[in-house]
Amino acid sequence: MSLPSKNSFWRRYRRNRGAVFGLVVLLLVALLVAFGPLLASHDPWDMVEQPFLQPGQTAGFALGTDTMGRDILSGIVMGARISLLIGVVSTVVSLLIGVTIGALAGYFGRWVDATLMRFTELFQAIPSFALAIVLVAIFEPSVKSIVVAISLVSWPPVARLVRGEFLTLRQRDFVAAAQLAGQSTPRIILTQILPNAASPIVVMASLMVATAILLESSLSFLGLGDPNQMSWGYMVGAARTVLRQAWWMAVFPGVAILLTVLALNLVGEGLNDGLNARLDGRT
Amino acid sequence: MLTRVAQGLLALMLIATVNFLLIRAAPGDPVSVMAGEAGASDAQYVAQLRREFGLDKPLSTQLGTYLGRVAKLDLGYSYRQQQPVLKLIAERLPATLLLTGSAFALSLLFGVVLGAMASKRVGSWLDSAITVVALVFYAMPLYWLAMMAVLVFTVQLDWLPGFGFFTVGSDATGLARAWDIAQHLVMPSLTLALFYMAVYARMTRASMLEVAQMDFVKTARAKGVRPGRIQRSHILRNALLPVVTLAGIQAGGMIGGAVLTETVFAWPGIGRLMFDALLQRDYNLLLGCFLVTAAVAVLFNLLTDLVYTLVDPRIELG
Repeated sequence: MSLPSKNSFWRRYRRNRGAVFGLVVLLLVALLVAFGPLLASHDPWDMVEQPFLQPGQTAGFALGTDTMGRDILSGIVMGARISLLIGVVSTVVSLLIGVTIGALAGYFGRWVDATLMRFTELFQAIPSFALAIVLVAIFEPSVKSIVVAISLVSWPPVARLVRGEFLTLRQRDFVAAAQLAGQSTPRIILTQILPNAASPIVVMASLMVATAILLESSLSFLGLGDPNQMSWGYMVGAARTVLRQAWWMAVFPGVAILLTVLALNLVGEGLNDGLNARLDGRT
Repeated sequence: MLTRVAQGLLALMLIATVNFLLIRAAPGDPVSVMAGEAGASDAQYVAQLRREFGLDKPLSTQLGTYLGRVAKLDLGYSYRQQQPVLKLIAERLPATLLLTGSAFALSLLFGVVLGAMASKRVGSWLDSAITVVALVFYAMPLYWLAMMAVLVFTVQLDWLPGFGFFTVGSDATGLARAWDIAQHLVMPSLTLALFYMAVYARMTRASMLEVAQMDFVKTARAKGVRPGRIQRSHILRNALLPVVTLAGIQAGGMIGGAVLTETVFAWPGIGRLMFDALLQRDYNLLLGCFLVTAAVAVLFNLLTDLVYTLVDPRIELG
């Protein structure tokens, strides 16, 4: 199953109303990242007004201020950048790990497969969120350590998926043809088999970005965010002890996380429909 | 079965090894911390401490000693709390097991029921509603849902307590005590359950739709078996297999999720202990919690495999 043509992809994608909604939300978040600073120009760490301003009561502070008089809207705008950055980068890193291990296991089979998959299974037995907490705590919270921790706990499903795809694809005639034509093994893996396994990997990647954003926000909520970056999870965490006084401090960043993660999951489903040509027969 | 137990033990060994390496990587050499607390920092004393704790030996010997200690359930000492790590964890384990156990049961029950209801009438409003609810809870940060629940049910409505394990200062005993704890359990348990409910509902729905296409279901229909019976004992029973597998994997993860719910609700379990250890940078305690959490996860995985054989007699544990 290679990548389908653009037209048929869009036809199938559009049929999934949720996926269209997800795409719209995601575009809005992207706009927020690009042009947000025009909308909310304050430094999210600066004390710019009275603390505990209610949302919608003071001009220029539509979502209110927090315990230290910092602008919530500015925080949400800056938080979008860090959420997406960490979500995308850690997904790319875990794809690199997972695809490498899965491709090697699936292509070579036998003892390579057995060893790598046993290792993957063992790794999967470790509770991922607890491991991520411990890793970030020990290596000190920073964008880098968070990305490393999220990638380290997220690659096993990729490896298993890619291995499965490779196991079936390497039996196909075009692989035998490439081997007969004298192509090198790395070239066969990268240019012959991998493109044919792209569809499910793309779908999984969009779901992984969503999970990574949830993970990052949970770490930041626990105080394990990068101390130099305003993030949505940190904002909700800061609201925890003043929940009774300032509901808006918790509500708005949480809605931002919810909508972004929901949108990514919906887009993932849409990609799944769009890349799956078999759905064409369905009405 | 033996190989599965061996695999579980191997996983535990791996986790303990990772733990050992992390302890080594943790900032602050334990010896200099101890020497500092003893008020002596001269090189001779530090060297003596290093010998005493075997820190001058090669890494592999140290790892062996560490694994031996873990096998004897010695998880080290928390200098912040002035107590052995194992004792601290043992005090908190029941609360966490109560929380995660009840949340696990609730999520699996609701998830399977909702998923089965949705799959019965694909495309109906009920199916759409369940799908949307599952999608939303699946995308919702656990800790945020917990805080919203506190806002609505504690702050606004004052229906449920949103803090702690029981009413502070209450000296109720017996049934009154159990009722008090149950009330405190409702919100932490439900908020933890809803995310996983979403996972199981989606999985059950998809799995039941897949099984419903299979030949043996068509045969059953052709034989004139009542639709309700087909749904329950033909489709559901077979569709549950992947759900059980997933549940086993998720059950371990649930304890990780409990860190978040316990933090919000000040529930005195391992999760909250982990959060406190984080705040105080108490690495011994943090890694001890991690080790126990991982051990419970491995145990859950083993139990799932056992349940698996009960649900599907075709599978035998090798």
